[in-house]
Amino acid sequence: MSDAVLAVSGLTVTIGTRRGPARAVAGVDWSVQAGQTLALVGESGSGKSMSVLAATGLAPRAARVTGSVRLLGSDFTALPADRRRRMRGRHVGFVFQDPMTSLNPVLSVGRQVAEAGEEHLGLTRRAARTRAIELLDLVGIPSAAQRVDAYPHQFSGGMRQRVVIAMALACEPDLLIADEPTTALDVTTQAQIVELVADLQQRLGTAVVWITHDLGVVAGIADTVAVMYAGRIVEQGPVEAVFDRPGHPYTSALLAARPEPGAGGGDLVTIAGAPPSPHDLPAGCAFWPRCPVRGDARCEHELPPLVPVAGAHHVRTFYPQRPDGEGR
Amino acid sequence: MSAPTVSPSEGQLRRAASALRHDPLALTGAAVLVLLVVVGVAGPWLAPSGINDVDVDRMLQAPSWAHPFGTDELGRDVLSRVMVAARVSLQVGAVSVGIALLAGVTLGLFAGYYRGWVDNLLMRCMDVLFAFPVLLLAVAIVAVLGPGLLTAMIAIGVVYTPIFARVTRAGVLSVREQVFVRAAVSIGASDLRIMRRHVLPNIAAPLIVQTSLSLAFAILSEAALSFLGLGVQPPAPAWGRMLYDGRGFVTDAWWLGVFPGAAIFCTVLAFNLVGDALRDVLDPRQLTVNEARRSTG
Repeated sequence: MSDAVLAVSGLTVTIGTRRGPARAVAGVDWSVQAGQTLALVGESGSGKSMSVLAATGLAPRAARVTGSVRLLGSDFTALPADRRRRMRGRHVGFVFQDPMTSLNPVLSVGRQVAEAGEEHLGLTRRAARTRAIELLDLVGIPSAAQRVDAYPHQFSGGMRQRVVIAMALACEPDLLIADEPTTALDVTTQAQIVELVADLQQRLGTAVVWITHDLGVVAGIADTVAVMYAGRIVEQGPVEAVFDRPGHPYTSALLAARPEPGAGGGDLVTIAGAPPSPHDLPAGCAFWPRCPVRGDARCEHELPPLVPVAGAHHVRTFYPQRPDGEGR
Repeated sequence: MSAPTVSPSEGQLRRAASALRHDPLALTGAAVLVLLVVVGVAGPWLAPSGINDVDVDRMLQAPSWAHPFGTDELGRDVLSRVMVAARVSLQVGAVSVGIALLAGVTLGLFAGYYRGWVDNLLMRCMDVLFAFPVLLLAVAIVAVLGPGLLTAMIAIGVVYTPIFARVTRAGVLSVREQVFVRAAVSIGASDLRIMRRHVLPNIAAPLIVQTSLSLAFAILSEAALSFLGLGVQPPAPAWGRMLYDGRGFVTDAWWLGVFPGAAIFCTVLAFNLVGDALRDVLDPRQLTVNEARRSTG
């Protein structure tokens, strides 16, 4: 685990709000190796994005972040703000959810792709432009040399997301963070973007943290997966293990809620109830009120530890699901 | 989501240009401004006679072919003086609005970008400046610095700074929440770079409108200061000063006041016509509608 590109342990994020402190992330451990993909999965508000933003120093100012973050072996949280900014820009690339809003409407795409190179690699404007054309070409923008001076509104959604990926790759980062990069795109384009990232990852050996709630994407690209619920990891492990033998009732329920193509027009499966408020987290298992297993008083009052079930596969529950116990 | 969208500033500016072409009032205003700039630059060479050519034989002559705007109490050609004074007005407009733009935009950028105590400190200072009536504050500043063209320009610049600071801050507050600003932060761009490259170009539209309107007010303010004897010092010509000098002859020699007054009127009107037309097409509300459409569309 020492060669992890990014490793967080005991990461906690508390956000001061008018209604009091809200614990968005409550002690999370994960790491990602070079060339590997970690998928962070969970509902909106489960803390998956916040844990990544906090780890890279991009949490909102109102957030209090504790825990340890090691980026490329150095203690990232201990660095002064300016060093952190440089290190982040040089070694970490970000792809955001909505390519319609993550590009500046008044700058040409070339200038935006070139920006990181000018800032961190000390490229001249001309060299940065040449580099921008290379990058646009790399992410599959046709006739990149002509398109480099075009503005974002002249691109389609999928093409814009390619531009955003080119921006993220400008400094050949060791880590690419993709925060629901396919959510705002239509299904065909989604597949193209997923394929593009997987292909680039293979060629460049980049580590990828992929934040999503699309389990189909996870199955396709991830090596390891961490399922988050109410700010905690409830299940973590190699993707095959988690998908084939989910140990936590929440993971089982999530997998069961996937819409099946060609399954006909029946109602979609849902998980009853809603996640707890981050202002008022239960003392015990946060999933207990919605849990189909609903063990006993211990679940209600005592936080289950994250325990190994097989190899690197960990589950946070007192009552791990058995592989044959599925399909309630 | 995939509907073709137009970026606020770029599309708006193009739309503005075409709207101006089809608006007769704006076109008139623009034509007057062009004329004014030509006269302002080439005034001393275009003027039929020198501005200080005193000739007691022809004092207080009514407008005629030889002197279309008449002559003043020292026999100086009023047309020539009005033409040369155009340069003063343009200079005052450009320099004082330049000062206000530079100071106001910088303060507004910092206040809006950093918010918190920086915002509070800067904007409360601006509020204090804003609380004074424009001319009163300008007079006070000139009184401290001493009368003259340069101090008048500085005074007017200071007086108009809060307006630019407010317009800028309002724009920054909305732009800084955009995802592309977060994207710029994520690639490790410095704060100054983000403000310059990503925020400022996106708030250009309201600033352009504010600039054109402020130019008119600045010229008017300078005329007022000169009228009060606090701006350009005689014998150099300035429209406001000429009005003041002509006020004693208003019953005998109306041309002394009417022509400089008409020059002020036309200039201010021209800037206002252009400014209004720009505001119609670059309206911040219009911008918000487009942005809303962009994010939901």
